[in-house]
Amino acid sequence: MLLRLTPALIVTLLVGPIVAGVGMVLLPAFGYLPALGGNALSLAPWRALFAQPGLAHSVAVSLTSGLVTTAVSLAIVLLFLAGTSGSRLDRWLRRLVSPLLSVPHAAAAFGLAFLIAPSGLVARLLSPGITGWERPPDWLIVQDPWGLSLMAGLILKEIPFLLLMSLAALPQLEVPRRVAMARSLGYRPTLAWLKVVAPALYPLIRLPVYAVIAFASSVVDVAMILGPTLPPTLAVSILEWFNDPDLSHRFLASAGAVLQLGVTLAALAGWWGLECLARRLGRRWIDAGQRRRGEGCLRLTGKSAMLATTLAAGLGLIGLALYSVAGFWRFPHSLPDSLTLDHWLGAMPSLGGPVSTTLIIAASATLLALLLALAALENEQRSGKHPAEGRLLSALSLLYLPLIVPQIAFLFGLVVLFETVGWRARLPLAIFGHLLFVLPYVFLSLAEAYRRFDPRWSQLARTLGRSPNATFWRIRLPMLLAPVLTAAAVGLAISIGQYLPTHLLGAGRITTVTTEAVSLASGANRRVIGVWALVQASLPLLGFVIAIGVPRLLWARRRGLQGAP
Amino acid sequence: MTSHRLDLENVDIRLDGQLLVALDATIGPGEVLTVMGPSGSGKSTLLAFLAGFLDPAFEARGRVALDGRDITALPAEERGIGLLFQDPLLFPHLSVAGNLRFGMPRHTHDKSRRIAQALDDVGLEGFGDRDPATLSGGQKARVALMRLLLSEPRTVLLDEPFSKLDTHLRQEMRELVFDHLHQAGLPSLLVTHDRDDAAAAGGQVIELSR
Repeated sequence: MLLRLTPALIVTLLVGPIVAGVGMVLLPAFGYLPALGGNALSLAPWRALFAQPGLAHSVAVSLTSGLVTTAVSLAIVLLFLAGTSGSRLDRWLRRLVSPLLSVPHAAAAFGLAFLIAPSGLVARLLSPGITGWERPPDWLIVQDPWGLSLMAGLILKEIPFLLLMSLAALPQLEVPRRVAMARSLGYRPTLAWLKVVAPALYPLIRLPVYAVIAFASSVVDVAMILGPTLPPTLAVSILEWFNDPDLSHRFLASAGAVLQLGVTLAALAGWWGLECLARRLGRRWIDAGQRRRGEGCLRLTGKSAMLATTLAAGLGLIGLALYSVAGFWRFPHSLPDSLTLDHWLGAMPSLGGPVSTTLIIAASATLLALLLALAALENEQRSGKHPAEGRLLSALSLLYLPLIVPQIAFLFGLVVLFETVGWRARLPLAIFGHLLFVLPYVFLSLAEAYRRFDPRWSQLARTLGRSPNATFWRIRLPMLLAPVLTAAAVGLAISIGQYLPTHLLGAGRITTVTTEAVSLASGANRRVIGVWALVQASLPLLGFVIAIGVPRLLWARRRGLQGAP
Repeated sequence: MTSHRLDLENVDIRLDGQLLVALDATIGPGEVLTVMGPSGSGKSTLLAFLAGFLDPAFEARGRVALDGRDITALPAEERGIGLLFQDPLLFPHLSVAGNLRFGMPRHTHDKSRRIAQALDDVGLEGFGDRDPATLSGGQKARVALMRLLLSEPRTVLLDEPFSKLDTHLRQEMRELVFDHLHQAGLPSLLVTHDRDDAAAAGGQVIELSR
């Protein structure tokens, strides 16, 4: 039966390309790539790699951005959750999680760049009143050599991710009871949460945290927009070498990709060390038994940091919108001197193609992912295997594999592989590349609702004489329509934001709004960037509007299906 | 009126080799067998086994026969066993009539007329187009009973069907359910921990212990 094969199919689909891709990176890294005349193993690529100027700096920036981004994002999320009291501000910040998560990395990065650049919105709002600047200062804020703006851009995007993952895990922990117990022992609420909930929450979000480390240490698109340039981060350098017209640079790029794997592994190992340290210090802190000290300070830090990052992300998007319609805009002025639709009208003719390509790839990858995820989950239900039974725990970890192995380290191995076997169907390959990253998110997003679905509904349908298939189509699917559409919207958002899979597997010939926006990073007009980044940011929102709107329309007369999944 | 018989022959269910339930009984047409026991005594496991949903972790032995035909190995939808749960579980995406229609055998003639008739029987005339979420608890329970009967089961399992109803509704629903099951000549197995349920059912009572 087809259904029974899906778990194996999913695992093969996720693990196979990664193993093959890493393999096809390892061989050229040691000089073996017959297509380019590398017939013998050698260390020449490594010698060339270590002779690259600024390599140590690139590696250092990649490594620190992996660790710092994760530590700061996690700390803000935990402090915010610890200090939430259900106030209006808290609820408002929580509600913004999903839309912020759907904003592609590149758009958020452009938004931040427009915000903090010397002539950006912040400088304009403060000038000349506070700063006294009549002209933008000659400072290198965006693309600073230490990667600070890169880390800031990543933090803006990783906070919503970790927050959503935490919010999904928290219901298992009976938080109100734990906190009430600690408070009855005299602990103030924020300290109570940090001392009795956080230690239980962390193991549940460990895999997402590792995914953030891997992503932040190897990201390409954000680093091209906000990262240092001379030299760029390791991942960006690898891409430059790979794209070099001189094909012999591919050996160098391969060695770089292996180094990137090592850097990401080192970041993960470093994090593991931090975990041990935090555990020891945390235990001492808990044992010390302070019940009040630091309460106000911790709560304030969490809340204001969350507010600041949310505002920065939001203002960034507003900045994109302003620039996209700005005519003449003299420096210290906070608002454009004149508004114009010229940039939109100018971009219009070239928007159509990339927008439709983006949507075709996103819809195909999401549809495939949805089919696979539904089949696997339906199989799980029918065979009566529960996710808690050990075996599936490992399968779940495999889902995270494409999120933890750096994209750059295996994707171009895949490209080399496909070139070697002569597959040149670029659009299907790009869709396949997207599927690798869409599937884990779609599955994770759907699994929760699917497994929580009361089994009595389907038992009832069966005793009313319906087959398992009829039960799926007529009961389970309609009743789970809202979570299925939400999972689809998540899938679309993930696909729309992908840069590297499109760029590499499409051999640079497939243009989506994301590849187009990222390619504008080097030196294009801010107003044009504003148009493209705004289009890129609004496409995923479309998916969420549909995911929320369709069930409301369809079930307008069915109160039992409104609100609750 | 057709009449059916349910035979449970030397049924025993074990988990990790430990005996949970053992039962040997015959339920005749219109009769109710009540199985009583505290929670954890294996009542729900017994129902899951009879209906065809037993978790593979359990081992079950024995034979279940409906009108003399062995149904032990049949899939749930082919057993002819109807279920009534604690909750009415009206499908929230279907109308009241849609819920009743969902369970009716495919070749039933005159579905709409029979649905209207069934709603009439339980005092819910003209409720067909309603959203089930707008019904009261008692109304939902009555629709669930009618959905069960219209699906023309040959035997019925009742899983504490009255335990979530208000006291005043409980007695009324007991009478309604047992009357209908009796009239339809259906053998029924009731699982409960409420002695009043057993008394209202009026049949044989088996006590499980833990």
